[in-house]
Amino acid sequence: MATMSAFHTLRGVSLEIIGSSCNLWRNNVYSLTTKSCRLRCLQSRILRPFSSRQHNPKPTKIPVDLVDKLERLALVDFRTKQGLECLEKAIRFADQLHIVDTSGVEPMDSVLEDRALYLRDDTATEGDCAEELLKLAKNTVEEYFVAPPGNIPLPKREERTAMLRHSEF
Amino acid sequence: MAASCIAASELLHNIKLIPYHKASCVLIRRISTSKLKCSSQPVAEATSAPQQLVGVVGLEIHAQISSNTKLFSGSSVQFLAPPNSLVSFFDASLPGTLPVLNRRCVEAAVMTGLALNCTINKKSLFDRKHYFYADLPAGYQITQQRRPVAVDGVLTYSFLGGKKRNQVIRKNVHIKQIQLEQDSGKSLHDDVNNQTLIDLNRAGVGLMELVMEPDMSGGEEAAAAVRELQLILQALGTCQGNMSEGQLRVDANVSVHRAGEPLGVRTEVKNINSIRFLAKAIDFEIQRQTDVVQRGGTVKNETRAYDSKSGETVPMRDKEGLQDYRFMPEPNLPPLIVFEDNASLPAGIDACQAVVVQTIKEGLPELPGIKRDRLVQAYGILPEHSFTLVNEDGLMEYFEAVMRATKMEPRKVIGWVTNELVGLLKQQNTSVSHSPVTPAALAELLELQEAGHISSSVAKQVFQEMWRSPGKTGAEIIREQDLGLVSDAAKLHRVCQKVVDSHPDEVCAIRSGNKKVLNRLMGLVQKELKGRADPVLVREILQEKTS
Repeated sequence: MATMSAFHTLRGVSLEIIGSSCNLWRNNVYSLTTKSCRLRCLQSRILRPFSSRQHNPKPTKIPVDLVDKLERLALVDFRTKQGLECLEKAIRFADQLHIVDTSGVEPMDSVLEDRALYLRDDTATEGDCAEELLKLAKNTVEEYFVAPPGNIPLPKREERTAMLRHSEF
Repeated sequence: MAASCIAASELLHNIKLIPYHKASCVLIRRISTSKLKCSSQPVAEATSAPQQLVGVVGLEIHAQISSNTKLFSGSSVQFLAPPNSLVSFFDASLPGTLPVLNRRCVEAAVMTGLALNCTINKKSLFDRKHYFYADLPAGYQITQQRRPVAVDGVLTYSFLGGKKRNQVIRKNVHIKQIQLEQDSGKSLHDDVNNQTLIDLNRAGVGLMELVMEPDMSGGEEAAAAVRELQLILQALGTCQGNMSEGQLRVDANVSVHRAGEPLGVRTEVKNINSIRFLAKAIDFEIQRQTDVVQRGGTVKNETRAYDSKSGETVPMRDKEGLQDYRFMPEPNLPPLIVFEDNASLPAGIDACQAVVVQTIKEGLPELPGIKRDRLVQAYGILPEHSFTLVNEDGLMEYFEAVMRATKMEPRKVIGWVTNELVGLLKQQNTSVSHSPVTPAALAELLELQEAGHISSSVAKQVFQEMWRSPGKTGAEIIREQDLGLVSDAAKLHRVCQKVVDSHPDEVCAIRSGNKKVLNRLMGLVQKELKGRADPVLVREILQEKTS
């Protein structure tokens, strides 16, 4: 996820790191906007702290129930207040995208967009490896994978903290 | 609220003292209806009878694409196979595997879109729909939520309605979109050991999801629409449409409202395994919601399952409130491009890498609607007959075979095929292909009747006998049981005379104008001749004798 990579780059925040990752980002943006958009001044803009910009949106604060919802949907754990702050900083970093004027530019999904999608023939070439696959599972019964009867509900926050304290992490 | 009711009743009491005229009649009705409802009904509405609650039904249909391999991997697609034997590394979602799109699935989706008059999107995109469940190993399903392959179509369907159920009623349902998506695996719940067994053979099989607008109003319409869709998909060969095998899965979104008002809260009904159950489930749900609303309650937005044993819908296990699927573009798949015609193909492209809409359009087979019209044209039969012919598997071929074996008029044959044959087939729960009476045998029987050797009622008898003893021909049975028509004029005259002589009262009644009594005499003659008299001749002779 984009925010996770942003999270890693924020550790030991320094302008050089921001600059180098922005170089990468800038190359992509250039290939995207060959049609229009003036970005020559962007490099210098990024290296200055974001907060002094004029057109920033306000820093996002994440409410507690949104955190709970995200944890339930993505099965991630923000653990402590610091973890949450990291997330908010990562969002702040990504907010820089708002500076760019994208009017008249098509949104880009991935860098593969202009490649041709390969279409495969409808002939069977795979499968028939039940044994190999079943070996990967801890629990099997007669060539079926075994799972609990339904989705196990996520334990409450307090229980989770207790569980994690006793675990290897 | 109570105060207004008291005031209303006082007013009502006063009004009764006023001389009766139309205005006060209206006023009385107004007061009484608002008193009954005692809720915040706008007064203007109460002058007409409270409007009926009508059902609103929208269907979501998942059709399993009939192909050799799955949507994004090269493992086989088969109905019954040893568990987890048709699973590739991608289907098991092992790290490092990537989706590779199957051309046949794209062609199937385009074909289906064209048959349903959709606009085919030249560029469509794939997305990920995230949710956690054991039968979805990747934790997401690859689907086409933003830009599906086909949008904006129409499904025209008909059903036999009207008072005598012989009127062909045509309706349209708008198709919002058709998208390609992956199927999930199968979970078998083992309640004894409190676990679920997962079989991934079905995981990754290509599905076409057809989303329909809520244009239908009841179970009968929905069943007819699904039946028509089944026929179309089977004719195209894109899906075998067998609901009991899970090749065609239908979920119904049902709500109730009053005409003109906004739509009510809807519930989703799942676990419907046949077209018959679809109609029943929808009708039950509409009735249940109507009862809830009329009692003053509110319908809960929930998912319900249809229980075929009890014929009721029951709430499914709570799905943890509203699901948030966190849709995101599928990063491993570029957009899917289909080309309009050969002229628009980019230079140097390999033929097997291009899906051309024009080519597919030209290759479309005859669709059921066209087939029905053709039968009406070619044979001069009624639309409701051709509807039955196309609706029953193999019946059209049977009818055409009978027509080839005889020179009789189609109109005389069609009744036998759609009533007598179908009646017996349904009674014995047999399909047309297993009918003990072959088209040739039926043709022979009909010719015997046409030629006057047997009466129509005897013909029906013989038909039933032929059904029971498949080896025998009609002629043999007639000979054996001596069922041939008696057309010996002298014999007929004798019997008629006998009946006339022994029933002087009836003869008097006929002579004085009561013609209906003639039928009684005819019945007696038939009884005497064991039903083998030619009714036309008998009637003539009797009329002659009683004039």
